[in-house]
Amino acid sequence: MSLPLLNPLPPNPSAPTALGPQALSHLDRLEAESIHILREVAAGFRNPVMLYSVGKDSSVLLHLLGKAFAPGKPPIPLLHVDTGWKFREMIAFRDRRAAETGVTLHVHTNPDGVAQGIGPISHGATVHTDVMKTQALKQALDQFGFDAAIGGARRDEEKSRAKERIFSFRNEQHRWDPKNQRPELWSLYNTRIHKGESVRVFPISNWTELDVWLYIYREKIPVPSLYFAAQRPVVERDGALLMVDDERLPLRAGERPEHRQVRFRTLGCYPLTGAIESDADTLEKIIAEMLVATTSERQGRVIDHDPSASMEKKKQEGYF
Amino acid sequence: MSAENASAAAAVAAYLHQHETKGLLRFITCGSVDDGKSTLIGRLLYESKGLFEDQLAALDKDSRRHGTQGDDIDYALLLDGLAAEREQGITIDVAYRFFSTDKRKFIVADCPGHEQYTRNMATGASTADVAVVLVDARKGLLTQTRRHSYIVSLLGIRHVVLAVNKMDLVGYDQAVFDAIVAGYRELAEQLGIDHVTAIPLSALKGDNLLQRSPNTPWYQGTSLLGYLESVEPGARGAALGFRLPIQWVNRPNQDFRGFAGSIAAGAVKPGDEIVALPSGRRSKVVRVIGAQGDQETGVAGQAITLTLADELDISRGDVIAAAQQPPQVADQFAAHVLWMGEQRLLPGRPYWLKIGTRTVSASVTEIKHKVDVNTQEQLAAKHLELNEVGYCNLYLDHAIAFEAYADNRELGGFILIDRQTNATVAAGTIDFALRRAGNIHWQHVDVDKAARARSKAQAPRCVWFTGLSGSGKSTIANLVEKRLHAMGHHCYILDGDNVRHGLNKDLGFTDEDRVENIRRVAEVARLMVDAGLIVLVSFISPFRAERRMARELFEPGEFVEVFVDTPLEVAERRDVKGLYAKARAGRIPNFTGIDSPYEAPERAELVLDTVQETPEALAQQVIARLLD
Repeated sequence: MSLPLLNPLPPNPSAPTALGPQALSHLDRLEAESIHILREVAAGFRNPVMLYSVGKDSSVLLHLLGKAFAPGKPPIPLLHVDTGWKFREMIAFRDRRAAETGVTLHVHTNPDGVAQGIGPISHGATVHTDVMKTQALKQALDQFGFDAAIGGARRDEEKSRAKERIFSFRNEQHRWDPKNQRPELWSLYNTRIHKGESVRVFPISNWTELDVWLYIYREKIPVPSLYFAAQRPVVERDGALLMVDDERLPLRAGERPEHRQVRFRTLGCYPLTGAIESDADTLEKIIAEMLVATTSERQGRVIDHDPSASMEKKKQEGYF
Repeated sequence: MSAENASAAAAVAAYLHQHETKGLLRFITCGSVDDGKSTLIGRLLYESKGLFEDQLAALDKDSRRHGTQGDDIDYALLLDGLAAEREQGITIDVAYRFFSTDKRKFIVADCPGHEQYTRNMATGASTADVAVVLVDARKGLLTQTRRHSYIVSLLGIRHVVLAVNKMDLVGYDQAVFDAIVAGYRELAEQLGIDHVTAIPLSALKGDNLLQRSPNTPWYQGTSLLGYLESVEPGARGAALGFRLPIQWVNRPNQDFRGFAGSIAAGAVKPGDEIVALPSGRRSKVVRVIGAQGDQETGVAGQAITLTLADELDISRGDVIAAAQQPPQVADQFAAHVLWMGEQRLLPGRPYWLKIGTRTVSASVTEIKHKVDVNTQEQLAAKHLELNEVGYCNLYLDHAIAFEAYADNRELGGFILIDRQTNATVAAGTIDFALRRAGNIHWQHVDVDKAARARSKAQAPRCVWFTGLSGSGKSTIANLVEKRLHAMGHHCYILDGDNVRHGLNKDLGFTDEDRVENIRRVAEVARLMVDAGLIVLVSFISPFRAERRMARELFEPGEFVEVFVDTPLEVAERRDVKGLYAKARAGRIPNFTGIDSPYEAPERAELVLDTVQETPEALAQQVIARLLD
């Protein structure tokens, strides 16, 4: 059997072929650590799942998942928590990648939120994120009975992320208690839990944003084209450049979409994710741009700037 | 491809090469509260351009709001990312931060100083190559310095930077620095830390942080960053043969059977002879499959999949090793144990032990001594409390492949997991295998349990009565034995009081002694069941963990747990032996139900309600359960 995901890669001039003991490169080490973690999840849990959010970190995770279990098929399915407010391209990309890799994909949208018509514009970022992401995630985990959920969070993203374990214990209510985390020594991960409890696992905790892009470049991993600069219709609102992806973004008085050369550094719900002006239309240019970047990748995330919805608070409530 | 794109591609390829070949150093910062760890890391991040504008703006805003440094930036706020940390102004858990210079990449674990969070400090130390121990120049060596240095040495970090911080507050006085360094060298020698580099610093002002400071002309050594960029901590286990703890057996189809894991030491290539442990079966490597596909050699640190020439039964937890240089296999060890549990460690109580990819049941048979982590003094101990370190003998229920921690972290470091709460309660480092492990073998006997049971025409059982003192255990057990005896069965009662007159007369009523009391009686009951008897054990046995330990000595179905369920008020009112009155008067310490807890069973085979039913009716229930 052969899966497209697992096709042998073309020779890579920068990857050493005859490996001596000291020859492991930085990305090789990160890759090996992540594969080790994914295998521990598969072996240590009854019913694990990988959260697939279609962005660059998810793309790297999916690639690593294939490698960890090659030539076999990964024994871990994917779950996409769809808020209904993703960019159209993300949904198309998601379905294409699931088909190409042959990994089972579950999609869940919070039906209560849909019934109440919850959205980022009508209800604001905080309510939308809570109902359509946090609550939806908990619903899906409960519904499928997943006992471990793998996510693409990195410690360099945010201060409370920097404090999180690789195997992060959650109680029956999916709550994280930052003051009482399990000690995590060496690469010995405690996977034992009681029924109803779960663990969030972060295999790329020790990767930086730059590592992610260089790995995507080295491994030729497909990512949504929204990361690449192109002429897109945008409006400038509250200091952020919002892309008018479809008719769901009501324009305020005086706002007129104009075409600008923009791209995204992170992909969330489209009215909550600001674009940046950029000419980086190739991976090489994205990396070059990153090297001189003066702002962090989360700067364009509207939700991060709401102090009442800090990452720590959201995570305690069950957010990834 | 356009010329512009081609040159961008070449530039990125060159950059990627540089990025990939740059070395990585993992280090921790530790030391006392308020000694300036966070300021130090904050400045390293800031100076190495590891902070972005929006992060700096947020930090600036936070600093003004919290106002701890006046109008200056308070770098601690950059690292103490938890709300509780900001409220209290202390570090609770490890923060992992990343930065890089032209020469190296760094992962720094900022560790908490408070004794209460020693386990989090150990978490950070377990993966570090180098430790930066901060000392406040005004305060000198503190208890915290000693505690953290001890844990640094316990976890095998051999390179320590003694960072004497806040030199600006002692007028950059060389004598102050020299005195602290002399004191620390003595400590390092006691602890066996080989390499100590002392640097006078002011993290706040930047002295000797990135380059040598004009304020300390008497100091001729390197700056902190210069040290971190150049130190070579050296490879561990370089001399060891190949070791692969198996994580996962990959069987996508009939034709492929691969053994996946991360190489813990050594190297492997196709054709190598290997041995699988603990079974000792041998074979040869056919393919080494790495992240990029088949490879000529697999080296330490790589996650690989092996295929072998023979169909060996190898599963998760086994270790594949070089046939000529295999690690040892044993089930008894001497090890250092850093206790991290809220409840104390009790010798005899079983815990899960995870080492490599193997999880087995283990108990501490003896605490040889505990170490006062503040003074390194060796003290006698019956148990270990939170944050204490003990030198212990451990007994495992399975033999495992292992190595001394000093030779190999991956096969010498373990964690203990509480079997009830599933919490990670200890970190351990194996010192050596106990010789007796190799010398005691099971004596094979021809007449087995089944044969003995047949000759008695009964199914041997261990009937375990548990309940408060005065609940009626012995009364009911006695009635059960009488009935069974009348029916021609072979029975025996092991009664708590009676056993304490003989076999267990050396034991008292502390938690430690209660655990040992149950361990011994459970072993005796097992021998009796092996002899074909029906054993009625009547013990308060207050802790779930020990009843579970007893249960696990028996085959499925052999162990029948009977909860004699009498509420405390009722037992106390009956007070058959007058013990409750004495306990209430303070004349019997550690009395179950009064000042020592009773943990009711969660899945007893039988629950007997002594309030509603007569002892005779309850005895009949037990007999019905045994004979059905």
